[in-house]
Amino acid sequence: MYIIDRRLNPGGKSLANRQRFLRRAKALVREAVRESAGSRSVRDTEQGATITIPGSGVREPTFHRAPGGRREHVLPGNKEYIEGQTIPRPPSGGAGGGREGSPDGDGEDAFRFALTQEEFLDLFLEDLELPDLAKRRFVDGEVKSWRRAGYSISGSPANLALVRTLRNSLSRRIALRRPKPEEILRLQAERDEAEAAGDPERLETARRLLDVALRRSQRIPYIDPIDVRYRQFQPEPRPIAQAVMFCLMDVSGSMTEHMKDLAKRFYLLLYIFLTRRYRHVDIVFIRHTHEAKEVDEETFFRSPETGGTVVSTALEEMLKIVAARYRPSDWNIYAAQASDGDNTTSDNERTARLLADQILPICQYYAYLEVGREDGLHPVGFIPRESDLWRTYSLLRREGHPLAMRKVRHRREIYPVFRDLFRKDAAKEAQATP
Amino acid sequence: MSADGGPGRLLYQGADWDFATIRRVYDAVEEIALGELGLDIYPNQIEVISAEQMLDAYASNGMPLLYRHWSFGKRFARHEGLYRKGFQGLAYEIVINSSPCISYIMEENTATMQALVIAHAAFGHNHFFKNNYLFRQWTDAEGILPYLDFAKSYVAKCEDRYGHAAVERVLDAAHALMSHGVHRYPRRKRPDLRSEERRERERREHEERVFNDLWRTVPGKGGGATAPALDEERRRALLELPQENILYFLEKTAPRLQPWQREILRIVRHVAQYFYPQAQTKLMNEGCASWVHYQVMQRLHERGRISDGHFLEFLHSHTNVVFQPEFDDPRYSGINPYALGFAMMEDIARIATDPTAEDREWFPDFAGCGDALGVLRDAWANYRDESFVAQFLSPALMRRLRLFHLLDDPEEDHLQVVAIHDERGFRRLRRALSRQYDIGHQDPDIQVVDVDLAGDRRLILHHRAPDRQLLDAEDARLVLQHLADLWGYDVMLKEIDPKTEAVLKEHHASARPGMF
Repeated sequence: MYIIDRRLNPGGKSLANRQRFLRRAKALVREAVRESAGSRSVRDTEQGATITIPGSGVREPTFHRAPGGRREHVLPGNKEYIEGQTIPRPPSGGAGGGREGSPDGDGEDAFRFALTQEEFLDLFLEDLELPDLAKRRFVDGEVKSWRRAGYSISGSPANLALVRTLRNSLSRRIALRRPKPEEILRLQAERDEAEAAGDPERLETARRLLDVALRRSQRIPYIDPIDVRYRQFQPEPRPIAQAVMFCLMDVSGSMTEHMKDLAKRFYLLLYIFLTRRYRHVDIVFIRHTHEAKEVDEETFFRSPETGGTVVSTALEEMLKIVAARYRPSDWNIYAAQASDGDNTTSDNERTARLLADQILPICQYYAYLEVGREDGLHPVGFIPRESDLWRTYSLLRREGHPLAMRKVRHRREIYPVFRDLFRKDAAKEAQATP
Repeated sequence: MSADGGPGRLLYQGADWDFATIRRVYDAVEEIALGELGLDIYPNQIEVISAEQMLDAYASNGMPLLYRHWSFGKRFARHEGLYRKGFQGLAYEIVINSSPCISYIMEENTATMQALVIAHAAFGHNHFFKNNYLFRQWTDAEGILPYLDFAKSYVAKCEDRYGHAAVERVLDAAHALMSHGVHRYPRRKRPDLRSEERRERERREHEERVFNDLWRTVPGKGGGATAPALDEERRRALLELPQENILYFLEKTAPRLQPWQREILRIVRHVAQYFYPQAQTKLMNEGCASWVHYQVMQRLHERGRISDGHFLEFLHSHTNVVFQPEFDDPRYSGINPYALGFAMMEDIARIATDPTAEDREWFPDFAGCGDALGVLRDAWANYRDESFVAQFLSPALMRRLRLFHLLDDPEEDHLQVVAIHDERGFRRLRRALSRQYDIGHQDPDIQVVDVDLAGDRRLILHHRAPDRQLLDAEDARLVLQHLADLWGYDVMLKEIDPKTEAVLKEHHASARPGMF
């Protein structure tokens, strides 16, 4: 009999099968992932997700009998039945109805399973890119870090590279034939022996050899300054590994729940996307009516507010927060603004100036999302035209500012629009001239 | 006194265990199982695994290695989900019918549980695997692990060579037909050349002996009318039709498969065949193992090697395992094979040693013979669930379980109680229960009956549907599509009422181009 401890065997034996399964169900899983994203809080996506896919997509059919036909059951626990008695048919699935059914009865059911965060996001953000613009700024980041860069012959004692130093010392000692301590001990023993034996000739030889060895070991030091090496470091520019994402939203009365929902989905996508690229992502929610305020996520999406619409207040608030907490040289700044396009007419000029002069220069990317009513209908007497903000921003874009803008009416458009914004060429569109 | 404790000393204390404990427990159990119960086992290999590894084992049907396929990943994902949410506990052990017999035991088990699973799996199941005729006939315990190793690397090589998608298509199709990829009866042995020659010689001698030229003059011989019929007969004989092993038929006959595709069909077929006895002996196998662990644990306790507290712990999990809810209990989900199996083994032991007059009448062969172990070992070796129930289910047990037989005929408004646990019902009840365990009755009987290789090559299958129980149409369509793809030409499945030979339903499928 053998007892084998398998607990330390490498895990993940089923990984290959799992990958095959995910590949098999890819279309369904992708669908489910995008579906599930809508119902989650913005920050939740940092975890994996349990998703449900229809069982039919990963069905394993077999020949088996359908329910129905004449069936016989032998059951335990008879209480009062006697032979020949008839029993009213219980409602399906009830007692005595038999549970034989199909041997693989769960084939039709939806299939639930958990995805790891990695798997979830991979599927979610398949083939998306950060705009080229952002990448350029990556490299230009001003933060420096130190990188090991080989050895040098000078340096501070703290950086002494012991192993390398001793290796040099060893090779030098071998090359110069410095006698080892054992060798000297052996020669001393030899000399003592000769002394005891009283053989003058042998004593003479032994003394001479010992003398040579001792002198040699004195002349050739154990560690010589030329052995010493120091670890060398070089400064290297490090990409800024943190980003802050500003979510600006108009919460005035004209923004319906539906529009907020659209905006939320968009922010969610952006957030996930940024967390994939940066080690640390801060998120700032600013909502505005005729005045702007920084709020937490819950308030941002839920609590209603009334008032006019002055976009520039939100931009000012953002600038204030940037100045207070997010130095542009240390942070990658992303901003996404969602609005139904309304703005107080007198404010347009100010908004445009704020954006062009102060906000866009410090932002990696500024996305403007104009959310519309789902039905696309307009109030009676309303002549469909481009909204105030849209016209203002279009003007800015024509001047070549890194500004992306899209219109969204239905939640199914969110994902395409998002993908559209982050395709590779999208960056070029956002910033025609660097 | 030796450190490991002699007889009469506790094998372990507390719930913790280490490898020395396992070894001690194993030796004590072995002494009882082999020395007193007279079990005959493959060498044992006990492997301690973690929960995640147990889930791995679940996903691959309990096998330590298996080729890769998405369906195993699906199974893993499902079990993992259930386990993580706490809907499903994990088995205490998994045992593999191989030589050496591998038993996986979970690291979370307490010392008592380890003793229980060692007695249960490493001795009970192991004995059953080694001795039951179905396993002896259909499985090769020494060869299975090397074969699976070969299968795994073969499939992996095919994936490298022909692409994941191509291999997956073959495996998908083969898995769909897996339940109909087993030989249910030992096949005719191919005669070797020598015996063939001998037979030929004997025939010739016989003909020479009885030769009578008068036969030549008898009219009516050699008419042309019967020739096509003979042809057809011969054709079917050559293809070994009718053939119920569909995968075997495809592997040998499908005209358009590549050699590697045939080999994959063969692998799937072998795996199915390996599991075939397990489905037919679930009741007996669990009954045997439960009876063995109960005996072993009881004797260990009697000898003071397990403390009272630990014995109670054992009884607690034992009674959980052999619990049979009644039919109107919300927990009822069919007859628990552990419960019925264990009850039957106990009952047989009782009849052999302490029979009533009724038992003597029903089981004259062994009632009161005194050798309970001999009777049980004989039953374990020579029966499967169906024949075991038909042979050994006693009136006393039927009464105790209060079994009754219910008929559900869709043409009637009411369910009918056909038999209950009384004098008039015992035999009918037993027959009905035995039929429930008959695999020939559980699996739909589908056979390849004809194909005209020279003509349109359409493959014709028959499903003989007893009691008009038709196949699930949607699944049948999907499986038939796989079958048609493998076959390469049209396929037709007829569902036939075996009593009237009337065709109840027909399914058709055509091969999709470019699948294989």
